[in-house]
Amino acid sequence: MSREATLNKVRTALGRSAGQGIAAPPPVRLRVEAHLEAHLEAHLEAHLEAIDMEARIASMLRAVEALAGKSRRAATGEDARSYVGAVLDGRSAVASNAPFLRECGVVDLAGVQSGFTDAAALRALCATAEVGITSADYALADTGTLVMLASPAEARLISLLPPVHIAVVPKERVLSGLDELFTILPHPAAQTSSMVLITGPSRTADIEQILVRGVHGPGEIHVVVVG
Amino acid sequence: MSVAFDEKVHKTLADANLQLAIYRATGRLIDHRKHAVAATALPDYQELRTQANALKRHTIEHLDHYLEQFEANLTAHGGKAIYCQDATEVADFVLGLAKERGAHLIVKSKSMTTEEIDLNERLEHHNLESVETDLGEYILQLAHQRPYHIVAPALHLTRYDVGDLFARTLGVANETVVERQALIARAVLRQKFLAADIGISGANFLVADSGAVLLVENEGNARLTTSAPKIHIAVAGIEKLIPRAQDLAVFLKLLGRSATGQALTVYTSFLSGPRRAGEIDGPEEFYVVLLDNGRTKLLADPGKRESLYCIRCGACLNHCPVYRKIGGHSFPWVYSGPIGAIITPQFMGIEHEPSLPFASSLCGACAEVCPVKIDIPKVLLELRAEVKQAEERKGANRLERLAFKIWAWVMCHPRIYEMAAMAAASVAPAENGKWLRSAPAVMNLPPVRAWLSQRDLPPAPAKSFRELWRKR
Repeated sequence: MSREATLNKVRTALGRSAGQGIAAPPPVRLRVEAHLEAHLEAHLEAHLEAIDMEARIASMLRAVEALAGKSRRAATGEDARSYVGAVLDGRSAVASNAPFLRECGVVDLAGVQSGFTDAAALRALCATAEVGITSADYALADTGTLVMLASPAEARLISLLPPVHIAVVPKERVLSGLDELFTILPHPAAQTSSMVLITGPSRTADIEQILVRGVHGPGEIHVVVVG
Repeated sequence: MSVAFDEKVHKTLADANLQLAIYRATGRLIDHRKHAVAATALPDYQELRTQANALKRHTIEHLDHYLEQFEANLTAHGGKAIYCQDATEVADFVLGLAKERGAHLIVKSKSMTTEEIDLNERLEHHNLESVETDLGEYILQLAHQRPYHIVAPALHLTRYDVGDLFARTLGVANETVVERQALIARAVLRQKFLAADIGISGANFLVADSGAVLLVENEGNARLTTSAPKIHIAVAGIEKLIPRAQDLAVFLKLLGRSATGQALTVYTSFLSGPRRAGEIDGPEEFYVVLLDNGRTKLLADPGKRESLYCIRCGACLNHCPVYRKIGGHSFPWVYSGPIGAIITPQFMGIEHEPSLPFASSLCGACAEVCPVKIDIPKVLLELRAEVKQAEERKGANRLERLAFKIWAWVMCHPRIYEMAAMAAASVAPAENGKWLRSAPAVMNLPPVRAWLSQRDLPPAPAKSFRELWRKR
């Protein structure tokens, strides 16, 4: 009832009729390197070989540190595993089902629980675990951002409920920024119900503009770029 | 000016601590934004503004099309669009759903749209507990106050106010260290998140080609609100639409920078429907309330339609010399500052607070910093004209008209102007800067008294400009 009433009011206000066509919207504005625009995901690998990956990774690590996050370059999965082990230092952790975490052997570390497919069990564990470990679908080098798509491999709460979040990301996943992300992923909704961009630790400045970290989400974030 | 508006303004001006708090907070936000949009940090800032304006203009001009497209895509992903014309319809929808699902506890993330319709009060009236979870909003809910600023809702309160408030309402020790206050709130609210039946959020954008709700935040409370409970309801004004997910690359670069100087806020959530098969967690039900509440009235006016482009960054508040003096609570509705001055009269009707469009110096700072290029001073002028036309229809401003007629006549007759000026100078003392105000006969005229309450004529100079000119 209110649907028709609202739509009719909108049409009347605009002088339009139901089902009337529209003028073309302004063209999409994404600034990426020309050959990426042309080839999109099919040639992502070739594109990544052509760009200066090292400069990009350096920017990612720098941006994370600038946000008061911790960042680490790991040459191999084994290196990543030992870094995560050192951060955990015996604390309890819950890890996502991301295949990359398994590849690196992170899920085999002492105190790490993984392999959850049941929402209630996962939630109960996330509410008490001291550390959450995930991978990331992408990372954005210019802002130090992790891009997390909800899937059977990645649950939402692991990067949210525990006070510490560690993300272990293969270097191929580091993109330059938002423009490249939305070029590669023009329709996130086709893949997932939830895409979350995480840029640094949770923070607030609601009282006297004094910065406090970890008010609801993790106050400590570690980004490990592997490769 | 209504008595209430006048009183609030004077109270704010007289409160030195409050003046300092507003000045400091807005000053800091101005500074952060300035660095974030500088040419070295964001070389294509002006092009992005132009594109954002073009996108908003296009979407608003074809809003019916994008609403239907949004609804179709949302439905395809298992969500449901709920069209509501006003506050009552939104409350009825939430209450009905809560009753059907046996829900008692609601967690809310920050949303100006739900403030606009007093949703918490309406729900609590029916024995539902509805808890704000953004730290600033939580403080305000405990204090029974409305937001002072679109982005920094509790900027008028000190840590000592918060310490007293938490001690009084939560029964905790009076704590004045901000880090510990945040921990107190975190602990209380974490239990609410885990127990809540429904999460209610707002929406920064509605993405038509995805049927998605986009939320930006720094604390993580919006993520918890939209991930932990079984039901997620997003309440959004119909003007929040943008055509494509790819357009977010433009809007996200502008929003955080304009609001707080952040390249991106800590969390940006792009949510399209309930949890899908295979996904481990997330809500099982997903609703998007599409609220009119006066927006279609505004939409009908092509000259002022651009008021609906606003993405609620708050930059116009921070840069407004009037907001920086009179603060957020002087404004008659939840939206304050320049954007509040143009949308309040259009949503509520100009008779609601007819002096609001006049509470501006028309300096243009708001238009200069607006990331979607709303010409706020132009809209203010149009609203002023409407207020005056309405008064004229009622024959209300006869005295003002007469005064300006006399003024115009005097100004058109130089000899008479000079004589009047000489007469005025002869009674004006040379030193006293409050001379007109100290004349009781003048101050007994109410309109003159109102005019003189904040200003006075300067003391008369020894020689008038005209005399000096003649001697050249």
